[in-house]
Amino acid sequence: MPAHDVLIIGAGLAGQRAALAAAQAGASVAIMSKVHPVRSHSVAAAGGINAAIAIDDDWTEHAYDTVKGSDYLGDQDAIEIMCSEAPGEAMHLEHIGVTFHRNEKGELDLRAFGGASKKRTAYVADITGQAILHVLYEQLMRFHETVDRYEEWFATSLILDDRGHCAGAVARDIRNGHMEIFDAKSVILACGGNGQCYKPTTNALICTGDGIAQAYRLGAPIMDMEMVQYHPTTLAENGFLITEGARGEGAHLLNSEGRRFMEDYAPNKMELASRDVVSRAEQTEINEGRGVGPDGQGIYLDITVVPRKRIHEALREIVNIGRDFAGTDITREPIMIRPGQHYIMGGVKTDVDGQTPITGLYAAGEVACVSVHGGNRLGANSLLDTLIFGRRSGEHSAARAKEMAMPRAPGSRVRQDAEMIDAIIARERGGRRISEIKDELGRTMNEYVAVYRDEEGLTKAHETIRRLKEESAKAYIDDAGTVFNQDVLGALELGYMLDCAEATIVAAIERKESRGAQFRTDYPERDDDEWLKHIDITCGPDGDPEISYSSVTITQWQPEVRKY
Amino acid sequence: MAEFALRLRRYDPESGDAPYWEEHTVELEPHRSVLEGILQAKARFDGSIGIRCSCRAAICGSCGVRINGKPGLACNTHLDKAQRGARDGVIEVEPMGNMPVIKDLIVDMEAVHWKKIRRVTPWLIAKHPVPEREYIVARETMVDVTQTMACIQCGACVSDCLAMEVDPEFVGPAALAKAYRFVGDPRDSQTSERLTDLSEDPHGIYDCTHCFMCIDACPKDVAPMSQIMRLRRRAGSDFGIEDANNGERHEEAFVSLVHTYGLLNEAELLPRSYGGNSAIAKFKPSAAKELASSLPSIAKALLRRKVTPGAVFKPHKLAKADLKAIDNIYKEVDGRPERVELNLYISGHDED
Repeated sequence: MPAHDVLIIGAGLAGQRAALAAAQAGASVAIMSKVHPVRSHSVAAAGGINAAIAIDDDWTEHAYDTVKGSDYLGDQDAIEIMCSEAPGEAMHLEHIGVTFHRNEKGELDLRAFGGASKKRTAYVADITGQAILHVLYEQLMRFHETVDRYEEWFATSLILDDRGHCAGAVARDIRNGHMEIFDAKSVILACGGNGQCYKPTTNALICTGDGIAQAYRLGAPIMDMEMVQYHPTTLAENGFLITEGARGEGAHLLNSEGRRFMEDYAPNKMELASRDVVSRAEQTEINEGRGVGPDGQGIYLDITVVPRKRIHEALREIVNIGRDFAGTDITREPIMIRPGQHYIMGGVKTDVDGQTPITGLYAAGEVACVSVHGGNRLGANSLLDTLIFGRRSGEHSAARAKEMAMPRAPGSRVRQDAEMIDAIIARERGGRRISEIKDELGRTMNEYVAVYRDEEGLTKAHETIRRLKEESAKAYIDDAGTVFNQDVLGALELGYMLDCAEATIVAAIERKESRGAQFRTDYPERDDDEWLKHIDITCGPDGDPEISYSSVTITQWQPEVRKY
Repeated sequence: MAEFALRLRRYDPESGDAPYWEEHTVELEPHRSVLEGILQAKARFDGSIGIRCSCRAAICGSCGVRINGKPGLACNTHLDKAQRGARDGVIEVEPMGNMPVIKDLIVDMEAVHWKKIRRVTPWLIAKHPVPEREYIVARETMVDVTQTMACIQCGACVSDCLAMEVDPEFVGPAALAKAYRFVGDPRDSQTSERLTDLSEDPHGIYDCTHCFMCIDACPKDVAPMSQIMRLRRRAGSDFGIEDANNGERHEEAFVSLVHTYGLLNEAELLPRSYGGNSAIAKFKPSAAKELASSLPSIAKALLRRKVTPGAVFKPHKLAKADLKAIDNIYKEVDGRPERVELNLYISGHDED
């Protein structure tokens, strides 16, 4: 039975950074992921990573931009930590091999990004996430003696010991169906968000909220779940991401009149206002009949204003995406985009060291909510979040391991999870297919829990989700095998997604104001007196979500009117 | 919407049965991907179809397969294009080659691809002292290595590497492209050690046979073979590494023979590859030994008139004007200040 000081579930940027930090601090480490680490969704982060490294920049400016971007819902103590540690982290990445692009002097080049008062985004063309992820994996290969890798293992549940501390996890080796208990002094969840609750989404098929739902079922509170980011530039047809780097390099947004409509909404920052602001502006243009395309549901992103040589050097990936998925040569013509689901600001509530309220359970990255993003995340702050809090979780859990003995989880837990999986395989044919339920979930969320929301739509969505939950308990699968049974994992993932979706809807109904990514047409104003607070959702004894509140930490920036 | 027929290679390791073909018909827009077609078949008809996939946008590298016999990503191959390329109108999808199949379209990348990646010491061994801030390096160098950083480790190049088919120990296109990512990185301290290592390895850079399959296969334009050629030039021209495999001498001989004669002089190639790049090479013991051991091949070449006995003394030579033109090509290439000519990020697309 494997036993480690620190068990990390998820091997994207947060997980790998946590693993390397914990190993460096002397802990024995296991990192587990349901996909090979380089397939993790961090790979899709395109634009860059924010750090105040320019001579004329200061981390406090980065922090202020982040606080303002969050619509004052971000916790400022956490934001201060993230932004002040950002330059050091960027240099660490540079030293271990990330091939950040340089300026003419040979120093790290910086590009403009949304919601930022200065150029502070370091980048590798438009494959920054991929470059960092692959370099961290290089380091995992280098330190293979201190970090055990469990690639293509699926964590089925977290384990509590009799004191209520997290003591490990049960997991299934996808390759052969073997179930195993992993004892651990601490478990770090680093398994990403739940973007697959939406259809379309920029998120990969693996982003099914596994960690959020598992922590929630274990009793951990999840926070800010109503804050769901719609990215302003996703491909109109299928929701694929077009990096904010395009606008950072100077691209324009145009409506059906060929006008840069952002001047009506954010005259100073124009296309580089915060994402929630730009997405709302686009949706308003579309709703008022100034959209483009056959159904008027799109907006033009005009990248042709960027010099062609620069496009090929710095935005090559979206040249490919335009060519392969939209049949558009972005160097010659505008490409049709629209707002699309992209990021979950919410997640498992943690402190600045990644600790959840359950002792021994940590979370970092999109699965977690520290909260540094509050109501709206700035572009290029997500990579930073994963790395800073991944590292801090790794360091903290490694230190904790030195002061305790290895817990032993009861072996019966393996049997319990194996029986659960057998029961899914044994379900009788007759109900709906998993894929149908997932499809309805995605469409429902995208219709009612999107850029603009109201009580009526949210309530309708909640009713639908409740029904889908019942249907999913009876949904049958086809694969009864043990080798790469992706079917049975899909059934588990559907359950996780439905839990996450319900929490999002319940929190969105609860927040009767408009802030950040939550815009309620029935409560269109921000209401600091009543709602400058986090909504925490916990799983009640009957499995229903229960609501409580926690305060927002304010250190030096009082809420102001938010204008770009 | 249009209908597309898919013929999937299925294999269930638990059944004891041999692999078999299975057909499904799916309905999708013609410019949708083969992956979407497979996922529709999986969603509607049979959830047990095994395929790795995640991002759907050609970034994560999960869905490497063979479509109509050619390697690539299922997610960025359009259905209509795949249908046109199918021999009977049915799009054939099967697992990648050169790697063991685990189930259906899923291959064991760990056993082949990742093992080879680990072979090239795939991490930066940074120059010391490590600066407090960033290393100051030329702007172009980082843009240059971006082409190999763009590799998504999908395995498509490994799948159809012909050299690997013959020599399974060949380090291979993906891992050697990864190696260039460090050799081309000015922050790395082990450039000459890496080049020596990969030159001396009998399965290293000189094991590549220039077949271009990996360049065709790569969905990200990494052009692994070009990276291998750049490794060779760094090793041979910049570091003067003369490897035990005679790879460097062979290449030198090849290049100078074409320069001199305008055509390859087969009779001179082997002795020069083993005895040194000059006309007297054939009289050196090392070349004589190789010549002797190659007698069966030489005999065959003579019988098939690939070489003639006379050519040893009087090789075929192009006309003077043509030789002059060839000489100009050599001068042009040698005159370039930096070897960035194979890098798409830098030289591929200038203004129209």
